Amino acid sequence: MAQLPPYTTTGERVWHYSFRVICGLIFLFLILPVLIVLPLSFNVEPYFSFTPGMLAFDPEAYSLRWYKDIFRNGMAAPDAPLSLAWFADAWNNAQWMRAIRNSFFIGICAMLLSTALGTLAAIGLSRSEMPYRRLIMSILISPMIVPLVITAAGMFFFYSKIQLSQTYLGVIMAHAILGTPFVIITVTATLVGFDKSLVRAANSLGAGPIQTFFKIQMPLIIPGVISGGLFAFITSFDEVVAVLFLASPEQRTIPRQMWSGIREQISPTILAVATLLVLLSIILLTVIELLRRRSERLRGVTPS
Amino acid sequence: MLDGSDPFVCFRNVQKSYDGETLVVKNLNLEIESGEFVTMLGPSGSGKTTCLMMLAGFETATHGEIELGGKPINNIPPHKRGIGMVFQNYALFPHMTVAENLTFPLKVRGMSSGEIDEKVGRALDMVQMRFFADRKPAQLSGGQQQRIALARALVFEPELVLMDEPLGALDKQLREHMQYEIKHIHENLGVTVVYVTHDQSEALTMSNRIAVFDDGVIQQLADPVTLYEKPENAFVAQFIGENNTLAGTVTSLSGGVASVTLDSGDAVKALAINTDGKGSATQLSVRPERCVVTPKKKAGLSSLKGRIEELIYLGDHIRCRMTVAGNDEFIVKVPNTADQLGLQIGAEPYVGWQTDDCRALDVKDA
Repeated sequence: MAQLPPYTTTGERVWHYSFRVICGLIFLFLILPVLIVLPLSFNVEPYFSFTPGMLAFDPEAYSLRWYKDIFRNGMAAPDAPLSLAWFADAWNNAQWMRAIRNSFFIGICAMLLSTALGTLAAIGLSRSEMPYRRLIMSILISPMIVPLVITAAGMFFFYSKIQLSQTYLGVIMAHAILGTPFVIITVTATLVGFDKSLVRAANSLGAGPIQTFFKIQMPLIIPGVISGGLFAFITSFDEVVAVLFLASPEQRTIPRQMWSGIREQISPTILAVATLLVLLSIILLTVIELLRRRSERLRGVTPS
Repeated sequence: MLDGSDPFVCFRNVQKSYDGETLVVKNLNLEIESGEFVTMLGPSGSGKTTCLMMLAGFETATHGEIELGGKPINNIPPHKRGIGMVFQNYALFPHMTVAENLTFPLKVRGMSSGEIDEKVGRALDMVQMRFFADRKPAQLSGGQQQRIALARALVFEPELVLMDEPLGALDKQLREHMQYEIKHIHENLGVTVVYVTHDQSEALTMSNRIAVFDDGVIQQLADPVTLYEKPENAFVAQFIGENNTLAGTVTSLSGGVASVTLDSGDAVKALAINTDGKGSATQLSVRPERCVVTPKKKAGLSSLKGRIEELIYLGDHIRCRMTVAGNDEFIVKVPNTADQLGLQIGAEPYVGWQTDDCRALDVKDA
């Protein structure tokens, strides 16, 4: 820490340290609920609270049973010996496994859909000849602003009319709608740094619009596209409201399964899943940050 | 073009308006021969870049025809025109190496890799950048990036290359060096070059012909010597090189020579280049290096009494600011020879010039 300059008054010194304390408290306020979950997921008892054994760091008080339960809950023969058949049983029958499969399937499909739509929209909206750009932009990102429960209820009625509710396609489309604004925002931000004369240069060198898009524009905005896509994936991955409205038990996702877990089973398996989700989020955020740095480096290259 | 019949590039009655009201380019007619180096020179907003962009295909003409090699190209998209272009900011693809940048136009044309390697190698040799083939553009200096941009615009052997102020971002010394380099490449390859700049010395150095733009109109199209020696109107006289102006009225015209009474009352003779005839207002133009300062009136010269206001010693010549016929910005470049060193501030010698060096032009608001 930098040394305080000699002319600091007592008041300034007090503020200097209290400012740091306040910052630390805010940080704790934000992160503590997440941190609490992590050790609790290793609880040997089926409780959502710290046992005296845990507080005493007794190894006996910790276990991986709730992580195992992710696989075992719902299995036909959970106590069968570990074999391919056991894994097949877990893959097909365990409730959590089905939820995880659903979450990834729906999340990836929704991510692909919203990445494609959002990227196209952002490129169109970045062109100066596009009329009513601001209006269209605010309509496209409105799913971020409109209360989720309203969007979800609206989609429920609409999708029910056209037989899309209670189907995978319906859930995927709903999540794609929620994820698209993130893609539009990140890609638009990347396009701000995109030098339009590169497109002209590619044209003058003989590349048509499609070649120019894939060879020149896409490689340069890909960090924005990927980070937008990851945001879209996360949006779908932890979304519960639209799923409550639109999904049948067949399309149960991880958040939906946690929802019923906490209401019906009250099992710390939820905490184990939550811990895994936190890890996944940390990995995704790291990827996004690395991509952002890469894009800044590429952008710094272009003389303006 | 050998037979000199059809021009290689031709603008016919081209107009351009961005907002549908004001014309940025007004009725442009310009013919460029194959192998020529033509510069469009003018202040910013004069329409020169717009003309270049219309030729490249990035802007469409509101009215009129643009022809390339005898064929109208108004309806051909930029990527099918086969015109090389060097951009002001170089526009190198930042995610590709130097070699990949040069390969791009060849790959797009579906050439074989052997042919590509050969052409890329030759283009890099031309700009002396072979050792930099594997670098990314960000690892190059401005001048090096400029060379790569030049090589990229030439590597697919276009017949026409457009350059939009390519040297604008370089420092003065490098700029001058690159001017010669571009000039030599043009001479060696024989490509047609259309060059846009607002720097008159750049235009004079490199061009076969210069089109001086102002207000969306070509004010004069001529080779550098004619442009400097024989400007046709007040704008060109002011824009190219240094120029002294004297306002007056034409009193009589005979045999291409106008007698002009200056606003100060002095009478002088000048070549009648661009006047509206007897009785009209005119602006006389005299180059500073064509004036002589003499203690007495000299026979055969138009002489006016002046007063020395300021002397600036520049080594090879002395820049002498004088008040002549009410103009206190009248500059004379006095060669630094032994007999001229008697100039003093406040002295009132005569300033003289030959009638052939004084041109009566239209009146242009400064």
